Amino acid sequence: MTYFLDLFMSGLTRGSIYALIALGYTMVYGIIALINFAHGEIYMIGAFTALLASLVLSSLGLTGWGLLFSVAAIAAIYSAMYGWTVERIAYRPLRGASRLAPLISAIGMSFFLQNYVQLAQTPNFMLFPDLIPQMPFLKPVAGYLNRTQVMILLFTIVSMVALTFYIKYTKMGMAMRAVAQDITMARLSGVNIDRVISTTFIIGSVLAALGGVLIGCSMRQIYFHMGFLAGMKAFTAAVLGGIGSIPGAVIGALILGFAESFAAGYISSSYRDVVAFIILIIILIFRPEGIMGQAQTQKV
Amino acid sequence: MSSNFTASNIGRLVWSEIKPALLATFWICLLAFPLMTLSINPTNQTYSFSMARIPYLAGGTFALSIIWRFFLKRRSFQVITKAVHQSEGLPEDLTKGPKPTWLTVVMGSKYRRQGLIVLLALMVVLPFISNPYSVNVLITCLIYVTLGLGLNVVVGVSGLLNLGYIAFYAIGAYTYALLNHYFGLSFWICLPLGGLTATLMGLLLGFPVIRLSGDYLAIVTLSFGEITRLVLNNLNITNGPRGISYIKPPGFFGLDLNGAPKDFLVNYLGVDPGMDVFKVFIYFIILALVILTIVCVFRLENSRLGRAWLAMREDEVACQAMGINRTRAKLTAFALGSTWAGLAGVVFASQITFINPASFSFLGSILILSIVVLGGMGSIPGVILGAIVITALPEQLRFFSQYRMLLFGALMVLMMVFRPEGLIKSTRVVHMHTLKNGNGNKTKLEALTGAPPERASSPPAASQSPGQANSQANGQANGLANGLAKPPQGPTGESS
Repeated sequence: MTYFLDLFMSGLTRGSIYALIALGYTMVYGIIALINFAHGEIYMIGAFTALLASLVLSSLGLTGWGLLFSVAAIAAIYSAMYGWTVERIAYRPLRGASRLAPLISAIGMSFFLQNYVQLAQTPNFMLFPDLIPQMPFLKPVAGYLNRTQVMILLFTIVSMVALTFYIKYTKMGMAMRAVAQDITMARLSGVNIDRVISTTFIIGSVLAALGGVLIGCSMRQIYFHMGFLAGMKAFTAAVLGGIGSIPGAVIGALILGFAESFAAGYISSSYRDVVAFIILIIILIFRPEGIMGQAQTQKV
Repeated sequence: MSSNFTASNIGRLVWSEIKPALLATFWICLLAFPLMTLSINPTNQTYSFSMARIPYLAGGTFALSIIWRFFLKRRSFQVITKAVHQSEGLPEDLTKGPKPTWLTVVMGSKYRRQGLIVLLALMVVLPFISNPYSVNVLITCLIYVTLGLGLNVVVGVSGLLNLGYIAFYAIGAYTYALLNHYFGLSFWICLPLGGLTATLMGLLLGFPVIRLSGDYLAIVTLSFGEITRLVLNNLNITNGPRGISYIKPPGFFGLDLNGAPKDFLVNYLGVDPGMDVFKVFIYFIILALVILTIVCVFRLENSRLGRAWLAMREDEVACQAMGINRTRAKLTAFALGSTWAGLAGVVFASQITFINPASFSFLGSILILSIVVLGGMGSIPGVILGAIVITALPEQLRFFSQYRMLLFGALMVLMMVFRPEGLIKSTRVVHMHTLKNGNGNKTKLEALTGAPPERASSPPAASQSPGQANSQANGQANGLANGLAKPPQGPTGESS
């Protein structure tokens, strides 16, 4: 039973991280129907920035919660800047081009960012500092729940709630929903499309950066190639939940997290990644619209 | 008007160009600031700070930004010009024929055949006049030409983005490696078997995913590639990450080329080839494979099936409405594309005699994709050029090697933004048999394949024009260059 609980908790945290990344995919796809391959790289850059920031700030004497939150903020800001720039360079000039063009451009961008970090920093694994402070109140449940998992769940839940409110109740959120429904009509109604798309990229990047910081704290190591697999899995989660749907992305991510965790625990850990990809293929074949998505008829 | 050229106006103009570039430079430097200036010492978790790289970055960004903006402006200007031409309904395009590019001029020239023969002769002689290292590079390059042409059928011609193409290459390579390792089967038996296995795997993957379109297909193929690699990495039969070594190179009718023939060369003729003889043999095998591929792909593109693929690429719904069996067209594209990857994989395994799953990562798929994208999607000469640029050039520019991958990524973005059609644009065969004008234009098909100008130049009233005489004097295939001359009878073509 303890083994099951262990796997359950690890699946839950894994799924929460996937959810943070998957939201970026699903929002971008919902708005401009583009698989943002570079999104995984933004997450990786978030983790690297967090590592650098934590070293600098801790050498300046910052510790505890202050360190964690300022590192997370710096990572989020930098990732948002990267996300915005990527959109500006690789996707905006291609608006209205054929469907294949932005996809290839996205792959190129992802490749570029990976190699940029590899060259600017290091091709090796880097040790990530433990940023999360001790939580004495967790003593009674120490067997099942550690402070990293609590932090991951907390961060994820807060971001989900904030995002939901943002999409539902702000003007920009309304504009996003309008653009997602019909981009031409939204433009005709006076929505500034470019601004909406930029905002989407920024929000997605912030969430991805938080995911990067949390995964760093949880795995305790990062490297330049980490974005690829995480990005693929988050995309799987987004598709599983129904791409374009925000609650769908969260549900999909949790399902994927549990599936991976239990497959690794009860079958074999070397096939953990295979499970994710097989789920993706099966979902795409039998229910391409996902759990929460709606099937769309092809328009001519 | 003269006031436009006062010093202050020019200054303002220059400033209006420089200001955004400066802003971009500032922004990029800001972005790169932590990652490029701070480096971590992993042993004691300390960091060091150095601004040394920032000036290079700033200079590079500034120059790139100016070039970027220039090309972006030029691009939007071209789009506008084209739109204006279209809106005015200028029939020029139809009567003038397509604009001749350097490629169509070369391909349409009357020395085309001789040129190809010279090229072929050069390719045959090349391994004998180069060193072992170059032969290896040449083989790799030709393998990538085959892969590029195979992927071109899937991505360029049919418009199905396959991001797991390397998996089929791996399947071909492993087919040979395993059959050779466990059953001792020879290269010549495994070559068709490798192709066949890859085709079957292509069909196997194709059947379920063929309903998916666009990006979903890309993701599924990517997953397939990763699954293949992970499975190869975890199976016992493939020896996991250690891979399979001592794969036999191809023999010549059962003759071990590195044994007796090499001895004969060295001992009796006094010629030391200085390399393994089988490498040269493999070179010829892959050369033959490339030629076969080119012929097949060219014939395919101009076949009924090829037209179906093109139609599918342009618009799936419309193509289905025209009665094309979409499932079949997609499946054949997928399967045929995989075949070449399988064949290339067998040759690759025999070339390096050792394979492991690490040789078949996602990077390989990206490399092949960038060959197709760089060369020009759907264009055979383009893909060949792309393969040469991407595989052979970095070998010559070793100094680039650590920036190679970075440049590929940047190149893919830049190509998509500024030249989505690639280095050599694919020329679509346009049939205009029924259209002719006073100038005796031939169809593009005839121009490219060098068919004699019989029907197209049936002389109308204006046949005495110098253009017509010129075209006949030049014999075949000058129609494109000729088409540039204004037809004397006005711009509209009459149909017969």
